[in-house]
Amino acid sequence: MRVEMKGLTKHFGPTKAVNDFSVALDDGELICLLGPSGCGKSTVLNMLAGILPVTGGQIFFDGEDVTALPPEQRGIGLVFQNYALYPHMTVLGNITFPLEIQNVPKDERIRRATQMAHLMHMEKLLDRKPKQLSGGQQQRVAIARALVKNPRLLLLDEPLSNLDARLRLEMREEIRRIQLKTQVTTIFVTHDQEEAMSISDHIVLMKDGYLQQYDKPQELYNEPDNQFVADFLGNPPINNFPGIAGDGHFIMASGAKFLCPGIQRVPQGRAINLAVRSESFVAQEQAAPQHMAAAVESLYQLGKEEMALLEFGGTSFRAYIAYEIGIKPGQTLHLSLKERGVFFFDAATGDRY
Amino acid sequence: MDKRGKKIAGTMLYVPGVLLMVLGIIYLPITASMSLAVAAALGGAAMTAAGLYLNHSHKTKTLTARTVRYVLLSLGAVIMMFPFYWMLSSAFKTSAEMNLFPPSMAPNNWFDYGNFVVAFETAPFARYFMNSVIVVLSSVVITAFTTILGAFAFSRLKFPGKEILFSLLLSMMMVPFEILVITNYQTIVKIGLSDTLYALVLPFISSIFYTYILRNFFSSIPDGLYWSARVDGCTNWRYLWKIMVPIGRPALMTIILLNAMASWNSFMWPLLVIKRDTNRTLPFGLYSFTTEVGANNELLMAASSVVVMPMILLFFLARKQIVNGVARGGIKG
Ligand SMILES: Nc1ncnc2c1ncn2[C@@H]1O[C@H](COP(=O)(O)OP(=O)(O)O)[C@@H](O)[C@H]1O
Ligand SMILES: [Mg+2]
Repeated sequence: MRVEMKGLTKHFGPTKAVNDFSVALDDGELICLLGPSGCGKSTVLNMLAGILPVTGGQIFFDGEDVTALPPEQRGIGLVFQNYALYPHMTVLGNITFPLEIQNVPKDERIRRATQMAHLMHMEKLLDRKPKQLSGGQQQRVAIARALVKNPRLLLLDEPLSNLDARLRLEMREEIRRIQLKTQVTTIFVTHDQEEAMSISDHIVLMKDGYLQQYDKPQELYNEPDNQFVADFLGNPPINNFPGIAGDGHFIMASGAKFLCPGIQRVPQGRAINLAVRSESFVAQEQAAPQHMAAAVESLYQLGKEEMALLEFGGTSFRAYIAYEIGIKPGQTLHLSLKERGVFFFDAATGDRY
Repeated sequence: MDKRGKKIAGTMLYVPGVLLMVLGIIYLPITASMSLAVAAALGGAAMTAAGLYLNHSHKTKTLTARTVRYVLLSLGAVIMMFPFYWMLSSAFKTSAEMNLFPPSMAPNNWFDYGNFVVAFETAPFARYFMNSVIVVLSSVVITAFTTILGAFAFSRLKFPGKEILFSLLLSMMMVPFEILVITNYQTIVKIGLSDTLYALVLPFISSIFYTYILRNFFSSIPDGLYWSARVDGCTNWRYLWKIMVPIGRPALMTIILLNAMASWNSFMWPLLVIKRDTNRTLPFGLYSFTTEVGANNELLMAASSVVVMPMILLFFLARKQIVNGVARGGIKG
């Protein structure tokens, strides 16, 4: 199902949780709603579900305005962080409950629940109570319960946050597998950028109730629209150098300057942040005035390459350096920048040049 | 003496010492020769102390601590249970035995149920019993129903004035029952229900306190359950009975039990509104029985034994829930 939000707004008294939020999502995709804690992800999700009334704006499902539709008429499945299973019912009881409400005949209910259990690899757990399940198994049940009535849209609010790291990895692949198999349009809320990057077709990145960027994960990483997007994605985090744009060079407050490809886009003399991914530095053999002469502070071995913690013009940063270069702490390293993974953001607005 | 010898001697003193002490304390209220029991208890204590001094291993210490704890608890239990024992044993005594001095601890014949027969012939206890059952069942069932609805409304629904209404109700809890009795009485008389069983039920078909308890329990059920169900098309009504009530069963059971006990023992209200003999409930009936049988305490005890039996049975059947409920609510049963 195609989901579209137009100018979606939600205020809780003085708190502006979601502001003028507009985005159109594609059918059959897994879309991550990503952003730091408290940025309004759950609020958006709950408005899509019909749990929260909107303050302003509209929601369209397949072109139909559903803004005022009650939750039960929206054809959605919901999964919460804390699973929200009915503790007094067995797994089978939990999965069949949505069908029971829709007065589906009993054998049909059981047939569909069993089919669901099969898809989730948990046929053996059907007569257990939620308490007798691990966190991962409980989340599987919750997903099965949300999917059993064939929703048009599956909404998951931080479904993996309560799981430990290993299980989280396993479950996110599981969710991806099921999503691909069922082809149900899925919106997955998370604050974990790695999680979002690894499983989604598209990412909606939010901050303080505002949409920051809607794009494919790789695009978000390669072409961030603003400072926040660049900062939020990537591990290690992107390196930021404050300074001004000069004549083809980047000039730092200390007066240190170096050649910077692409800086011609920035008006001369403008205060900017130069943001450089750690993989976008190139080590040079020889010193040259157009290179950064960075001091190597420490090194971490990462197998085929090394992560160097460096200092230049009063700013610390991280860079991947090929192993063969053989650098040592305390030495000076001459670096130039690649064109890819280097961005210029306005120091005041954060907008990209 | 070497260490090992000391240990063995200590144990040999300790074990009979504890036994003697416990037996002495237990027999203290029952035995004829009180001095012997005291001597046994004191001697046992001395032997225990000496044994402990000789054999002060960790194991003996924890064992002693546990023994002391259990002895104290047993003592408490004996003190608490003695009135019941006294009531029950008196119910089997003859009038002559009742008037013995010093009183006898046990009846001559534990199988002489003559007092029960006389008591039941003197007053219509079967009728009282029926009345009690009717009143308790009605008020418990209706209270449970209104409590569930109220608790749901205050925990889940959104409506204007909810907070104000709830604080108003809570503040009503501060008003003691004795004050409400007057207005309740006037109401009952005015609508012409005085001296009927309805009068015994009507003021007790809802409870702010139980509603408050259940509301708190309902509030602790995560929102996610509600919204998952709602999104699936579940109505509030269905959600309440299919999800909330089953989950809240422990709290609900506690409420029902506490309510049943309070209702069964209710005395002052029936005394006020009931005049006719046939409309009396058990506690009230028992009270009038005292005046009717005069000084025949053995008959009174026989009747009392019967009256408390259902509640004692109920307690043993639902002991865990009552204890939990009292612990949770911090209320007297
Ligand atoms: N029911 C509510 N009442 C008042 N403020 C709320 C409510 N729900 C959320 N908020 C506020 O709205 C903002 C966004 O919350 P939320 O959508 O839960 O963020 P996220 O899910 O991204 O962590 C937060 O500042 C939060 O405090
Ligand atoms: Mg959230």
